[in-house]
Amino acid sequence: MAEIWSGTLWPVLVIVFYILLIAVPLMLAMAYLTYAERKIIGGMQLRQGPMTVGPYGLLQPLADGAKLFFKETVIPTGSNKIVFVLAPMVTFVLALIGWAVIPFGYGLVLADINVGVLYLFAISSLGVYGIIMAGWASNSRYAFLGALRSSAQMVSYEIAIGLIIINVLITAGSLNLSEIVLAQSGLWYAIPHFPMFMIFIVSILAETNRHPFDLPEDEATLVTGYNVEYSSMTFALFFLGEYMNMILMSAIAVILFLGGWLPPFAIFPFTLIPGPIWFILKICLVLFVFIWARATLPRYRYDQLMRLGWKVFLPLSLAWVVLTSGFLVYFDMLPR
Amino acid sequence: MIALDRVARSFLWQELVVGFALTLKYLFKRKATLNYPYEKGPLSPRFRGEHALRRYPNGEERCIACKLCEAVCPAQAITIESEPRADGSRRTTRYDIDMTKCIYCGFCEEACPVDAIVEGPNFEFAAETRAELFYNKEKLLANGARWEREIAQNLAADAPYR
Repeated sequence: MAEIWSGTLWPVLVIVFYILLIAVPLMLAMAYLTYAERKIIGGMQLRQGPMTVGPYGLLQPLADGAKLFFKETVIPTGSNKIVFVLAPMVTFVLALIGWAVIPFGYGLVLADINVGVLYLFAISSLGVYGIIMAGWASNSRYAFLGALRSSAQMVSYEIAIGLIIINVLITAGSLNLSEIVLAQSGLWYAIPHFPMFMIFIVSILAETNRHPFDLPEDEATLVTGYNVEYSSMTFALFFLGEYMNMILMSAIAVILFLGGWLPPFAIFPFTLIPGPIWFILKICLVLFVFIWARATLPRYRYDQLMRLGWKVFLPLSLAWVVLTSGFLVYFDMLPR
Repeated sequence: MIALDRVARSFLWQELVVGFALTLKYLFKRKATLNYPYEKGPLSPRFRGEHALRRYPNGEERCIACKLCEAVCPAQAITIESEPRADGSRRTTRYDIDMTKCIYCGFCEEACPVDAIVEGPNFEFAAETRAELFYNKEKLLANGARWEREIAQNLAADAPYR
């Protein structure tokens, strides 16, 4: 009995505790990301945003959550019911499990695996399945078109993202996210790889189906895209998944380009603030850019989106890979 | 040279930077909206809102059942019936306004020779049923009692221009 406890049960309990420690604040962060989005976009449009529920509308996300929770889950007659219900869960779970390898600070990581980047890349690629399943299972034209658009878009931009990540990998010499962060202690990769950083930011906008690339959710042409038929908690899971993906992608951008938990300068006033706080601040900064882009830019046309992905970002990032590798080899700066 | 300029601008994201700077600037501007149920915008003394029937300070009804408002009402929302009262003066026995027909043109208050029917400053009288919007004399007089102070102020403020 004691054997089972110390050998199996206790480690599992510890891991579950850590998972909750990551997942619960994430849910809260996600809820307040929707609030921040409404406030910031409201501000940029000279509106006030939510103001009624709680002081400055601070309880609005909770009210929204409660509302969605108590609504009826409508399952269309023509739908494939199992896949229909499964799709939002897949989206949500995939958005959540990526966080397993994200280092919040030095050594503060749930699973310190040495292929962290590949894992994240695989998870974000799988994300498209939830959307395709939703679009297909809904048995609705709008949902199906939205899913098609979404999958084409995510696949296209993943290639650019992959090539950009290669730049970071050959500069850092590791696939482990913590080591990538530590390799940036001298200089954040956003500076030497500045063009790639910008392309990465644009690509993650496309990857998370956010403005100005939110064609899968285009209200004007597709009503709302792949989640037309969803209501109540099934919709809420899609919604949560999308925002969780935003936060995850911001975290990846921070780890790969903005030095993760490292302070901007390793000197006195900056080193006082602990790493996780820097990490969160940087994520907030990237998330602000996400929201800012939504308030600023009009939606792309689909052919423009594809042109940008395949004809601009792909060759540019490929050329940058060649340039970086050539530079590193020529000056003998390859990481050992 | 022009082509070079264009290429440079597109690669430096000049238009994007300008656009983003503009939205960021707007984030810090004063908000154009009000926090409505708690904050309200200013209303002109001539504002035409919910109707009210007024009384004289001694409590006597102003309305003398001349039916000018009923005649002038373009939406035919007003229905009046009248009878001589015991003391011989003519008064309304029925004064109905169908608020679902009313177009808030203000002709009734313009037509009224004794400032009895007025459109007050209240615009928050939404109801849950249609029947609640068929106002009768009792309701209109109650409105008059409730809004008399504001209505009198507004009439006084607007008087110099009449």
